[in-house]
Amino acid sequence: MAPKTSQREAGGTGAPVTPRAHAVRDVAERHLTDRGPLLPILHDVVSELGYVADEDIPVIADVLNLSRADVHGVVTFYHDFRRTPPAEHQVRLCRAEACQAVGATDLYASARATYADDDTVDVHEVFCLGNCALGPSALIDGRLHGRLTLDRVAALLGES
Amino acid sequence: MTTVWVPCDAAAVSVGADDVAAAFEAAGVMVRRNGSRGMLWLEPLVEVEQVGPDGTIQRIGYAGVAPDQVPAVLDGTAESIGPVDDHEWLTRQHRVTFARVGVIEPTDIAAYQQRGGFAGLRHALAQDPAKTVQDVTDSGLRGRGGAGFPTGIKWETVRTATSDLKFVCCNADEGDSGTFADRMLIEGDPFTLIEGMTIAARAVGASEGYVYLRSEYPHAVATLRRAIDIAYAHGWLGERIQGSDLTFDLHVRVGAGAYICGEETSMLDSLEGKRGEVRAKPPIPALEGLFGRPTIVNNVMSLATVPAILANGPQWYASLGFERSLGTSVFQLAGNISQGGIVELEFGVTIGDLVDGFGGGTLTGRPIKAVQIGGPLGAYLSPEQFDLELGYESLAAADAMVGHGGVVVFDDTMDAAAMARFAMEFCAKESCGKCTPCRIGSTRGVEVIDRIIGAPDDGVRRTQLTLLDDLCTTMTKGSLCAMGGLTPMPVRSALKHFPEDFGVMEES
Repeated sequence: MAPKTSQREAGGTGAPVTPRAHAVRDVAERHLTDRGPLLPILHDVVSELGYVADEDIPVIADVLNLSRADVHGVVTFYHDFRRTPPAEHQVRLCRAEACQAVGATDLYASARATYADDDTVDVHEVFCLGNCALGPSALIDGRLHGRLTLDRVAALLGES
Repeated sequence: MTTVWVPCDAAAVSVGADDVAAAFEAAGVMVRRNGSRGMLWLEPLVEVEQVGPDGTIQRIGYAGVAPDQVPAVLDGTAESIGPVDDHEWLTRQHRVTFARVGVIEPTDIAAYQQRGGFAGLRHALAQDPAKTVQDVTDSGLRGRGGAGFPTGIKWETVRTATSDLKFVCCNADEGDSGTFADRMLIEGDPFTLIEGMTIAARAVGASEGYVYLRSEYPHAVATLRRAIDIAYAHGWLGERIQGSDLTFDLHVRVGAGAYICGEETSMLDSLEGKRGEVRAKPPIPALEGLFGRPTIVNNVMSLATVPAILANGPQWYASLGFERSLGTSVFQLAGNISQGGIVELEFGVTIGDLVDGFGGGTLTGRPIKAVQIGGPLGAYLSPEQFDLELGYESLAAADAMVGHGGVVVFDDTMDAAAMARFAMEFCAKESCGKCTPCRIGSTRGVEVIDRIIGAPDDGVRRTQLTLLDDLCTTMTKGSLCAMGGLTPMPVRSALKHFPEDFGVMEES
């Protein structure tokens, strides 16, 4: 049931083939034998190339024999498929109910304000990391931390 | 050589367990990594093996260990909490689904089998698939994801459907705030889930399985992938499992940060590589599910309970619990709570026993104002309702739901109107957008609650309250799925129990 790989050039658009387009095509073709491969492909694009660029969408669409609109629709539906290059540090603070019960709303607001002008730190909200008995929680550069305060976030960013 | 157990569970790691494990390794002792016992306020909970008075090996617990306390733990001068297995918090529980979690190394397949693992699957391989489905039906097991549909009846529908390809899908998109049982089981005892899914495959004639696991759980994804590789290597997955005619392949699929994908039909669309939009039912997934084929969709807890039911018999399981809520439920104590964690008990325990008896009240020491049970779509309950026994029907009768068993505690600083507003805001953010009551209603809900909170006088407030009530009715009755349909539950319960937070001085 896997769609055939197109014989067209990597970009699928007639535009010159960039190294990025090659890389995206490689990722997409790696998953061609999976059922419903679009989400695994997009996850790999984000983990290997940092984000999903506009130019990636026609490449993926071409490999999967989908329309660009289909791929665009999926990319924009999910929070994880970021569209811009990530900052050096990623702070994903939980602001769901259990963490709110121990002060996550204030922590999120103060963290956003503290790092608003810092290009090296992205502070995002996330709804539940499953650490609900030890909140406030955050994933900081992919590592889970509990019982957080603003000082502790700053200290952890200093360490990593 | 001394053996020391340090949990590898993400919650333990979140308060420093990895650093503690490294410190013990540097001290030259044998370090083993177990899941968490579920006593999360004690993490990192280190256990040191000792020969007890009766000659057996005991595991002595040390709570909240930091790397600089490692020498004191090893020379016995640190204060211990005694043998962990004898801890009152654990001995008062009835652990069935969580029997091995925290006890063994998660991916130690030999230890898994020594403690009863694969007994259920062996039993299922030796009997007619129809009998296995009958056993699950007779056990009274109901869906632990929240809806409470009888698991055996769902399985029977898939079993009797005609198709050359059927699927077993595990919904591990545990997005409800205050719930972490699926995560802890997958990180602490993943073979139980693999075994449960394989039993399901055998029972209904499925050949492929998918675990839809959320991206917010990177530890669980890694552990489950490792466990699946080990299960394949030992002949518990793949072709001709343990020499039988059963072939079953199991895959992990990672979600992408959409709460709605915990709804079963959204999850199926997401697995197919589409936007996670809700499907209209019928057709039900049991007949036309993943890629249009007959599909079992069950929660992690439901599937992970099946091995024990097959191993010990349906009557044993059905003898636990109360009324039509049979068996045990894995409750999760969360939020502003002194002693948070996993409490597995028979259905029928009261809210008060959970939050005061096990939970020890709030973390801040202030009085409890409310608990929210069943995630962001569950009701807020006041301490006057703490005598309620937890079960599917008993909570439904109180306009609440047991959901996935999460209990989030709030102290008296909580603002119920702000929480009601948040429920609508969350729905607006996470709605898939397919149906209007949910997509538009949630945004209007935020606006109406803002107008109630900021009402200049009683007349304006009364008008807006009428509007909110009308909106809640529209969402409840007109939404395609539980997201829009249940968002009014926290809103209405907050307003009912805490009207003063909305500026309502008397029932108006």
